[in-house]
Amino acid sequence: MNFSGLIHNFGPLTITGLTQGAIIALFALGYTLVYGVLRLINFAHSEVFLLGTYACLILWGFFGLDQNSPTPTGFAVVGLILLGLVAAIIASGITALFVELVAYRPLRHRNAPPLAFLITAIGASLAISETVGVVTQRNVRGVPPLIVQKDVFVIGNMHVTNQQILIIVLALVSMFVLDRFINRSRLGRGIRAVAQSPDSAALMGVNKGRVISLVFLLGGLMAGIAAVMYDLKIGVTRFDAGFLLGIEAFTAAVMGGIGNLRGALLGGLLLGLLQNYAAGLFGTEWLHAVAFVLLVLILLIRPTGLLGESLGRARA
Amino acid sequence: MEEGSTLRQGLARAIGGVAVVGLIAGAAACNKDTGGGSSTASNSKCGYELAFFGALTGPAANLGVNIEQGFELAVIQYNEKNGANCVVVKKFDSQGDPAVAPGVARNLVADKKIIGVVGPPFSGENEAADPIFEAAGVPMISPSATRTTLSANGWKVFHRALGNDNSQGPAAAQYIKEVMKPTKVFVGDDQSAYGAGLADIVKKSLGSLVVGTDKTEADGKQTDFSGLVQKVVGSGATVMFYGGYYANGGLIRKQLTAAGWKGTLVGGDGMKDPGLSKAAGIASAKGTIVTCPCAPPEQAGGTFFADYKAKWNVPAGTYSDAAFDSANIFLQGIDQGNTAIDKMNTYLSTVTYKGVANTYKFTDKGELDPQYIRVFAYKFDDSGDAKVDQEIKKS
Repeated sequence: MNFSGLIHNFGPLTITGLTQGAIIALFALGYTLVYGVLRLINFAHSEVFLLGTYACLILWGFFGLDQNSPTPTGFAVVGLILLGLVAAIIASGITALFVELVAYRPLRHRNAPPLAFLITAIGASLAISETVGVVTQRNVRGVPPLIVQKDVFVIGNMHVTNQQILIIVLALVSMFVLDRFINRSRLGRGIRAVAQSPDSAALMGVNKGRVISLVFLLGGLMAGIAAVMYDLKIGVTRFDAGFLLGIEAFTAAVMGGIGNLRGALLGGLLLGLLQNYAAGLFGTEWLHAVAFVLLVLILLIRPTGLLGESLGRARA
Repeated sequence: MEEGSTLRQGLARAIGGVAVVGLIAGAAACNKDTGGGSSTASNSKCGYELAFFGALTGPAANLGVNIEQGFELAVIQYNEKNGANCVVVKKFDSQGDPAVAPGVARNLVADKKIIGVVGPPFSGENEAADPIFEAAGVPMISPSATRTTLSANGWKVFHRALGNDNSQGPAAAQYIKEVMKPTKVFVGDDQSAYGAGLADIVKKSLGSLVVGTDKTEADGKQTDFSGLVQKVVGSGATVMFYGGYYANGGLIRKQLTAAGWKGTLVGGDGMKDPGLSKAAGIASAKGTIVTCPCAPPEQAGGTFFADYKAKWNVPAGTYSDAAFDSANIFLQGIDQGNTAIDKMNTYLSTVTYKGVANTYKFTDKGELDPQYIRVFAYKFDDSGDAKVDQEIKKS
């Protein structure tokens, strides 16, 4: 074990861990939202994210940008990132709605057992991921260098860059807006009502089908934002990018308490940090092993996750 | 029962009849084909198959395709002299995956017409597939697998057309020490048979120059390298050696650059692929050094480089020339009448073959004779590909 390495690099590992954690957290929201309402793990959510990572790259490609382009300047960067966000959000949102419509809704109408949903979820996930793999010949696709990383402030040896701040702030703002929406708006009340008791909600005149679509859409929007942040941070995407991060995001959702929005945020940030600290302390090869052992420990102590509240009982 | 069995007999006769007709038609077609070719083709040289075994799809397919095309070009040229379809090319796609390789290898050895295999390219799939080739007695030449222990298993059918990591590792260390002259080096690897083996040798050869080490997940299993990047930056190293393949190499280079690291990434032949700059971006990949126990294909002898470009419409890549030579070693063997797998294997243990990339002679373990081993350093430039920098002198 390399304690001096961990202590020496503690600051930098913290900020890069938080950045990765912010991406995981936004991604995790999709799992948590759907689970909160439907008690269903939407494994195809990883491909909702995946298509987002491609959508913004394709859009930037229309402007002639690839991994070898020079960095654009000034407002062009802001505009490109905003457009990229729009493209990714649209692509991910549509994918989420599509998956719901094709893979889940017909099963729901036939009162299929939960196992059937699980299998169609995995099936939809693999089908989309493999199709992307075949279309892209399983090659990586590089991201244009939109942001030149510059230190905004330095604490000790912790250099906090403009890109890291952008990612973390964007994630927090998105979370905040979503949280407000669920807890304050009329549509949000509908979501909470269905999560609490679908039958009572239906009796009160809540349109369950529409609420479910809305939940998938919201998860998709968040995944789209996460996808752009992932592109900017990792610099490359490929057909299995969603699968890898999806497992981490799902883990984060469970760790924070699945069905709980704030739990997803906490779980995501925590997982990002834990993985980085594990890499620093034991070596990068231990990153997943250590993080997941900790997950088991957390669940042993708190079986419902850290914040263990369901979406329905979230404070209004 | 009675009725059923007569029915079956009838069916069997019918199928047999069709098969006989097919055979005659096939023979006629074959005659026509050879008639169009050289008249000396008495067919004692024909009717055999050579196989390519390696990744044609999957994340590391670029290298497999380089090798397959070099191999196939040799057979095409042979058939131009000896008649169309004289020697038939069979392709077996392992995806470069040790988990997939054994099943594919079993399919290969089931085809009894195959008397030689060019491949497998990667060390991991060699470990998985070679025992199956050994059991079946099918001789093989890998043009690119470099893990040292591959030759220590007592496999009689194993041969490789290049030096192993014991030659590449020290040469990489030699280049770092003598040409780059850094005071601090960071060494990482991807925990693969190939990457870890290579990194361990480099670590040992560099000794006290190594200020830090780390291990990553394999290709496709990790995309965020924040932990590694921080260790490299924090160590103050100006050179990082990474034992691994180009997919991870490109990502690591990109994330090191993004974190402001100005040092140079050095790797083995697994990173010698334009895929590295595709992930990292040309500007970021530029200057990256890769070693390779392979001569630059553009310096290959004869008309190989032009022929390859004419046939495949892309320039010959890493190991294309060695694969071409490997195939020609087999083809010369067929020419000399070694048309059974055991005779072919005996021939491989004695032959000295001068090819377009190198001269080849195999030791009793199937290693390339040390006097013919050459290691080159390549550098990524503005084209996004690695161009030859210099041949690394033997220390």
